[in-house]
Amino acid sequence: MIRLDNLTKIFETKEGTTVAADHVNMEVQEGEICILLGPSGCGKTTSLKMVNRIVPPTSGRVFLGGKDTTDYDTITLRRQIGYVIQQIGLFPNMTIEDNIGVVPRMLGWDRQRTAKRALELLEMVALDPAIFLKRYPKELSGGQQQRVGVARALAADPPVLLMDEPFGAIDPINREIIQDEFLKMQKQLGKTILFVSHDIDEAVKMGDKIAIFRAGKLEQFDTPDNVLAHPANSFIADFVGGDRTLKRLRLLTVGEVMDAEPPRVKADDSLSSALQLMNDTDYDNLIVVGPRGRAQGVVYRSVAEGRQGLCNDHHSGLKATVRESDDLRTAVSQMFAHDLTWLPVVDDEGFYKGYITQRGITHTLGRTYRDAEQGA
Amino acid sequence: MARASLRFSSLRLGGRYLTAAALLLVGIWLQRAGIVDDLMTYWGDIVYLTGQHIELTLISGGLAILAGIPIGILFSRPALRRWADGLMQTLNIGTTIPTLAVLALSMSFLGIGSTPAIFALWVASLLYIVRNTYSGLMAVPDHLIEAANGMGMTPGQILFRVELPNALFVMFAGVRTALAINVGTVPLAFLIGGGGLGELIFTGIDLNDNGMMLAGAIPTAALAVAVDALIGYAAYFLIPRGVNPLR
Repeated sequence: MIRLDNLTKIFETKEGTTVAADHVNMEVQEGEICILLGPSGCGKTTSLKMVNRIVPPTSGRVFLGGKDTTDYDTITLRRQIGYVIQQIGLFPNMTIEDNIGVVPRMLGWDRQRTAKRALELLEMVALDPAIFLKRYPKELSGGQQQRVGVARALAADPPVLLMDEPFGAIDPINREIIQDEFLKMQKQLGKTILFVSHDIDEAVKMGDKIAIFRAGKLEQFDTPDNVLAHPANSFIADFVGGDRTLKRLRLLTVGEVMDAEPPRVKADDSLSSALQLMNDTDYDNLIVVGPRGRAQGVVYRSVAEGRQGLCNDHHSGLKATVRESDDLRTAVSQMFAHDLTWLPVVDDEGFYKGYITQRGITHTLGRTYRDAEQGA
Repeated sequence: MARASLRFSSLRLGGRYLTAAALLLVGIWLQRAGIVDDLMTYWGDIVYLTGQHIELTLISGGLAILAGIPIGILFSRPALRRWADGLMQTLNIGTTIPTLAVLALSMSFLGIGSTPAIFALWVASLLYIVRNTYSGLMAVPDHLIEAANGMGMTPGQILFRVELPNALFVMFAGVRTALAINVGTVPLAFLIGGGGLGELIFTGIDLNDNGMMLAGAIPTAALAVAVDALIGYAAYFLIPRGVNPLR
């Protein structure tokens, strides 16, 4: 969808020439979010701005949907690309409605259609149109303004979005919220997005692909998991951090790692049958489920070995549970908090869905390294 | 919040009483000093000359706005920006040279009458408008321009939809200063036969006739205050709410 072909930018300054982007080649598939990541001055922003020619390339080409962008005149090109910047850049002289309507009006939409679109978009970015349509930007908080900034970029439904550190100036709590909202929105919209960030955590969270830049060169272009698990060189390894494997916890959900059909016992099963099941399946504890399958407690091996009776009378309560859709970070955090090496996985209703262990997690995280060794 | 605004409005109310009382006192003093009688003596002249005065201000000020805003816009365009400071210095000469000298110079080129007066007043007002238009436009944040560019606005659309509306407040301040100075300078136009309330002021001085002088001076002062207030109101209502610090 977006292809950069030997894209190069050389700035002539008084101190000499600076190569801001050096023969950058990459291709972003339709519907993907690609994060351009790197320290400041690495060329990520320059590369982004060459796509809508805010920065004219020195050489090289940009293709959108297979078409060379130099075939369009600059104005037409930019009206087909949503653009979000860190400073947001809402026009203070216009109401929120007018701000969102800027591109539609330039494209010649009639008043009614433009107004309807503004309403629809405000709802999409979780701002109440009744309150916000007629307000001015200065009356909104930073987070609200950036939501409007995103809405404005989406106004004419462009297939491509360019976002230059869009959430960089928002406080950490609101940033998390707005990122989550944005991802939810993107799931429906399926835009092709180039997104500049200097924050590895944001990149891992938001990106389908990550492109890491250093000194104008594209150093690695890969999925977040591969960037974290197999950094191409020591610069990237340093940049993504010594705790990079921990960061991968975010990329996997509990559902991907858990034992999906774990053995279980019913409340009226005897302890001896529970012990038998443990021996057969190599589990050290079993979840006790109710008649319809809700997780109610746990029977430990030590209990089953030392006592007689029904599971119902000898089980302990569950200290913590996780859901299939939680990421591994949440699961590990729960384990650490409760001094456990395993957790039952339940759904929203409390039904027992699976069983996740620290061993299972480390095994899964380690698999990619073992594969790499075997490949080598 | 409610209490604060209550206090504010009671303050304003108090201020209004004070103003009314002060006006009353001034009125009594004017009456006692016989100035009201003097004003009434020259009433016909005052009305006629005030009309002339306003005409001179409107024409020279109007021309200064018509020329000053486009010049300010031109200076702020990327192609001219490098030269803007130098050009501004040139215009500055118009303000640095005493208006009396400008009047004398323009008289020597254009003869006597209202034309050289209008030219001199135009020169004296121009810089304020150019300078505020230029600095207002230069103060528009870069990221607004970048956002506008990124959305595919043409340079003209950026100027009229983004830059000018956001510079409007500063531009209005320039027009306000220019016109207030213009109104105050018009009396000098009398010296080169331009007419206006200067006729009463200077004749009054020459004849040592205080009443006649005040009959020119008081309306001039009142005009200056009125013009200032008028433009203040215009700014309040014409500048969009989002970029109007007064609203």
